[in-house]
Amino acid sequence: MVHAPSNRELLNEPACPHNHAVHGHGADAGSQAAGQGRKKAANGCKQKALPGEAQGGCAFDGSLITLVPITDVAHLVHGPIACGGHSWGTRGSLSSGPTLHRHGFTTDLSEHDIIFGAETKLRQAISAIALEHAPAAIFVYATCVTALIGEDIEAVCRAMAQELSLPVIPVHSAGYRGSKNFGNRLGGQALLDHVIGTRDADDDLTPSINIIGEYNIAGELWSIELLLRVLGIKIQAKITGDGRYVDIAAAHCADLNVVICSKALLNVARTMEQRYGIPFIEASFYGSANVSQCLRQIVDYLVDAQVVPLSLIDDCEALIESQTARMKRRLAPYRARLEGKKIVLYTGGVKSWSIIAAAQDLGMQIVATSVRKSTADDQARMRDLLGPEGILMEKGGASEILRVIDATGADMLIAGGRNQYTALKAGIPFLHINQERHHPYAGYQGIVEMAKEIDESMHSPVWEQVRRPAPWEVTA
Amino acid sequence: MSATQLSQSLAPTARAIVSTDTFKHSPALGAALALLGVKGSIPLLHGAQGCTAAAKVKLVNHFLEAIPLATTAMDEVSTVLGGEENIIQAVLALAKKSQPELVGVCSTALTATRGDDLAGAVRLLRKQQPQLAALPICVIESPDFMGGMQEGFAAAVASLLQTFAEPGAIIAGQITIVVGASLAPGDVQEIKDLVEAFGLDALLVPDLADSLDGHFAASASTAVAQGGVTVERLRLAGRSEQIVAIGASVLPAARLLAERCERPLVSFDHLMTLEAVDDLIRLLMQWSGRAVPERYRRQRRQVQDALLDTHFYFGHKQVALALERDLLTGVEAFLRSCGASIAIGLTPQMGDLHQLEQACGDVDLLISSSQASDLAGRMGVSLYRLGFPIVDRLGNGLRVSVGYGGLLNLLIGIGNQLLIDELAVNDFSSA
Ligand code: SF4
Repeated sequence: MVHAPSNRELLNEPACPHNHAVHGHGADAGSQAAGQGRKKAANGCKQKALPGEAQGGCAFDGSLITLVPITDVAHLVHGPIACGGHSWGTRGSLSSGPTLHRHGFTTDLSEHDIIFGAETKLRQAISAIALEHAPAAIFVYATCVTALIGEDIEAVCRAMAQELSLPVIPVHSAGYRGSKNFGNRLGGQALLDHVIGTRDADDDLTPSINIIGEYNIAGELWSIELLLRVLGIKIQAKITGDGRYVDIAAAHCADLNVVICSKALLNVARTMEQRYGIPFIEASFYGSANVSQCLRQIVDYLVDAQVVPLSLIDDCEALIESQTARMKRRLAPYRARLEGKKIVLYTGGVKSWSIIAAAQDLGMQIVATSVRKSTADDQARMRDLLGPEGILMEKGGASEILRVIDATGADMLIAGGRNQYTALKAGIPFLHINQERHHPYAGYQGIVEMAKEIDESMHSPVWEQVRRPAPWEVTA
Repeated sequence: MSATQLSQSLAPTARAIVSTDTFKHSPALGAALALLGVKGSIPLLHGAQGCTAAAKVKLVNHFLEAIPLATTAMDEVSTVLGGEENIIQAVLALAKKSQPELVGVCSTALTATRGDDLAGAVRLLRKQQPQLAALPICVIESPDFMGGMQEGFAAAVASLLQTFAEPGAIIAGQITIVVGASLAPGDVQEIKDLVEAFGLDALLVPDLADSLDGHFAASASTAVAQGGVTVERLRLAGRSEQIVAIGASVLPAARLLAERCERPLVSFDHLMTLEAVDDLIRLLMQWSGRAVPERYRRQRRQVQDALLDTHFYFGHKQVALALERDLLTGVEAFLRSCGASIAIGLTPQMGDLHQLEQACGDVDLLISSSQASDLAGRMGVSLYRLGFPIVDRLGNGLRVSVGYGGLLNLLIGIGNQLLIDELAVNDFSSA
């Protein structure tokens, strides 16, 4: 708990729509604050768990999600085995180079460590890692137990950074401080406090942007990187998917921040705007309309800022046209099979938008979606997109999903991992969207990928078989 | 080098300082898994929400089943004030929402460090909420620093037996079989089938076979464990003719039960060699007074044939192992019984995967969970997956590696891997 920024400080995020009830305005251009549900929305980022529920990850987990994709860094978990043992090698955040981030380092605290303090052990652990793995930096994560016993990781990190001449970054990620979303933000805060702005870019001349909030699951970032490269736009820092420490340290040298589907890391963009005058836009890589819009926004901004020639606008349009045409060609067979199909969407927050966008490319209809984690603004936007018939599900749980599927005559459920087996066992086609997936859905190519998977699932012969009555079951 | 020799050869300072790619899992996860072998149960982890979420994700990814698991959701305030109230609130919420047949309250590092009194909280709950008097609750101390998954699993088994099993008149033909974390749902089913083939009544504690073996149940609720031994039957566990422990980790719990209920106890470290399975069959013949069913006679001859067919590939092979203690004991014995050598056998308490990589020279095969897949890639050897978690292979709820059937699976499965690797080497050298 030492020197850690307080929860209240961090929860105060004017640029985050979850905060609208307090601040009444935000950077989110499309936001039309709806009246209902405001009180609930004000606390959207904290999402406090209730005793007796199965809940999402802790703040520590959220910090890991945000920071572990930095590939050339050693991620050291200062805590007991529940934290350190559960947290490595599980997520599909890919690297184009170093793989140090795939290792799990932990102090694996013993009872003795907890009683007598483990700062010495932490110091030794940092030295040992520095010596053996030559990391670009070491990130040290606080956990519930080390926060409870008052380990001063801030001081240890400072001392060790000096001793080793190596960045050693404390992350105040004690799990009990809040939800996974809150932890994402704590991770971003660690980058702001200790990393961004500590070094200059080697090449400050090429027009460049930072991508914030994209974790390169299944290599999704790469499809976008490719498009940008065609336009001659450099990504200075990937925050954090496939990221490198020195690139992020020099992130303040970029011309523009692009925040991808991430409310939790808006604080990074907002603070960088204040500190370094770097403007930011929010964008999505899912759905062709979004991808095109994202590219246009980036190019427009860079043209306005006069860091790229005016002709880039035409280049960008040409690229969008050729990519969209190619996508449409490849999508045609799937579209023919999927058009008009009804989907129930049950997934958290920002993921919904991506799928809604992709569904539009496929001509599919979203008949219901979960709004449990959505702000009032988001709910209003959902209402617009789904139309008056669309169901906004306020309640959660398997039985509610099944009820809505029944009521709408939906053809498919798209859900996160938690509901996957509930849905499967009920004999409903479903598509699984979460961090553990193996296929990239971002960019123009990603839509084709998603179409392929939706088609496979929707038309799979297994559904009929799992619904088929057994020979000994009497059918009336 | 044997496991004990190796643990001495690992630099003790190195392992005390930082653990790199540990394959240890929290005891609370192990305790939760054991509880899932009780019908209608829900494990409740007393700690902050992340421990529960992490354990749940691991279990779901391994078994590909819905896993009921709840948290007492400790936060900054309750961590300072004490979490007993959170336990009470959580049990109340669960009782109302999911009508569980058992709630198993497990401690985590956070609440154990605080010194929360789990049993006291349950007593208070009973006093305050008389309407819940009939709800079975058991308490498990499973703080992270007590060991790994296997230790937490064993602690839950001990608590189940201690809380529910009562002495009483012997139930003819009933055999209590106490199993440790090394036995997967498929293994438990294999043992049950074997015992029942002798006309005996097998009471498995816990019984993961029914709960996590991946059978399709369209309408069942997933808020509590769907299958498993009932609390009603657990109460009879001390009244069997015999008590059998499988796995050294659960021997203390089984012994306590046997002593308390004055029942005879036999124990097995594993059922992964012909010799061990023969021993069990001999006992079953004796207890039942029946002849061995033809099916098992035939299966035993198949094992012998497979031993002959596969011994070319096992012979003189060097194998590195990273598994929890009970499973390590069994797999080591199995490999030796096929003529292979153990280059290194590590438990998570002895070291981590990084140390394994450094300590082991040339080996022919690695046996561990899917956590070792990066390591196998770096070492350029094949990985045969056993243990927990396995997230890159299917069918983990069905895998059988005990009994004659399990021996056949191991012989063919590992044998094929060794054969494939040999052929690959030959291809390479003739190319
Ligand atoms: S940080 Fe806290 S809640 Fe999260 S896994 Fe560790 S002990 Fe559990």
